[in-house]
Amino acid sequence: MSLNKNQIAQRIAQELEHNMYVNLGIGIPTLVANYIPKGINVEFQSENGILGMGPFPLEGDEDPDLINAGKQTITTLPGAALFDSAMSFSMIRGNHVQLTVLGAMQVSEKGDIANWKIPGKMVKGMGGAMDLVASAENIIVAMMHTDRSGGSKILKKCTLPITGVNCVKKIVTNLAVLEITTSGIKLNERAPGVSVEEIIKSTDVELIIPEKVLEMKL
Amino acid sequence: MIDKTIKNIEEAISGTESNMTFMFGGFGLSGIPENCIAALSRQEIFGLTCISNNAGVDDFGLGLLLKRKQVRKMISSYVGENAEFERQMLSGELEVDLIPQGSLAERCRAGGAGIPAFFTPAGYATEVAKNKEVRIFNGKPHILEHALTADFSFVKAWKGDIAGNLIFKGTARNFNPLMAMAGKITVAEVEELVPAGVLNPNQIHTPGIFVQRIFQGEIYEKRIEQLTVRKKE
Repeated sequence: MSLNKNQIAQRIAQELEHNMYVNLGIGIPTLVANYIPKGINVEFQSENGILGMGPFPLEGDEDPDLINAGKQTITTLPGAALFDSAMSFSMIRGNHVQLTVLGAMQVSEKGDIANWKIPGKMVKGMGGAMDLVASAENIIVAMMHTDRSGGSKILKKCTLPITGVNCVKKIVTNLAVLEITTSGIKLNERAPGVSVEEIIKSTDVELIIPEKVLEMKL
Repeated sequence: MIDKTIKNIEEAISGTESNMTFMFGGFGLSGIPENCIAALSRQEIFGLTCISNNAGVDDFGLGLLLKRKQVRKMISSYVGENAEFERQMLSGELEVDLIPQGSLAERCRAGGAGIPAFFTPAGYATEVAKNKEVRIFNGKPHILEHALTADFSFVKAWKGDIAGNLIFKGTARNFNPLMAMAGKITVAEVEELVPAGVLNPNQIHTPGIFVQRIFQGEIYEKRIEQLTVRKKE
């Protein structure tokens, strides 16, 4: 069985380390916050100007002056800090945020990412995505392995306008956990019940397949 | 102490003209200068270049200026939530310059800080890098981005004093302090205007030197774009 979006988030949550500063993008990445492993503390940064972001407020406690980058109402946790957008992107560009989880439309063999624009469709803008991918040393992409028509979203070269180059380190999809190495994309894990052959068939680049491909543990 | 207070909203926006460049603080609808935007949307000024992270919604925020077709060019990082904006952009009536959010923030900051341009890795090898100088620092390519300034910057703070010192609340701070620095004339509207000496100087976010006009906004709707709550357990 391939994973659903929540399970992709659950698998990515296993990558969290104690006392890490983390920025979660919109979509599947947001769900990662629901699966923080027991005993692990992470601080969430949102690029509109908050560190130590907490859960959604209780009904009636919402504050229009407290939102995340997706414009949703949020709360602060003890130890939180608030700041302006230039300082926020100093944290991001200056590589002080240790893990960035983003959604993507395409990822290339070299770790290029395309996630902001589809030519011919309404262009909404890149928001903070280009700044986020420009410097971060640890970027994990959360996405479905294939698009709606079954085409691989992992390609030799991105065909959509790119957001950044050579930046993605890991991809977690509904089928697999993949690592981007200097010699190519390595298949690290397969989703429960999904065969290596199935993953190869759904991927448009030649994968490096280790002797034993572990099944994901959720 | 230099008194920056003005009497009314008319005085706040006096001197604004067609074809000027305006900056507007805010992220989504959070921390936008509601009163100034509403007043500007009643003026006979057109052909404006507006620098703002977002473009409001159809009937609130910068959507009000768009509806009256007062905006010629929009400089933003994300403009998703506005149908009239989309219509004008697709028909070619509205020019749109999309730039990465961190570069937008830094370009405003640089504009106010006397730095004409800077190199950033954001946008390298993308459409954003088109016609921009590329240089390698520490083995990594960067692109040259220029500072932004404005004829008027309209910002919104939580509290301010008559000397123009500002304190922001929550994530409503966002672009406001940076744009306050980058305006030839910066107009600050605040929820609460207090006499000099009331605010603790240790806690000022934007020093009054960056603010030319300050007033207490009449009403604040503070609309929420995406209300998300959890149930009591």
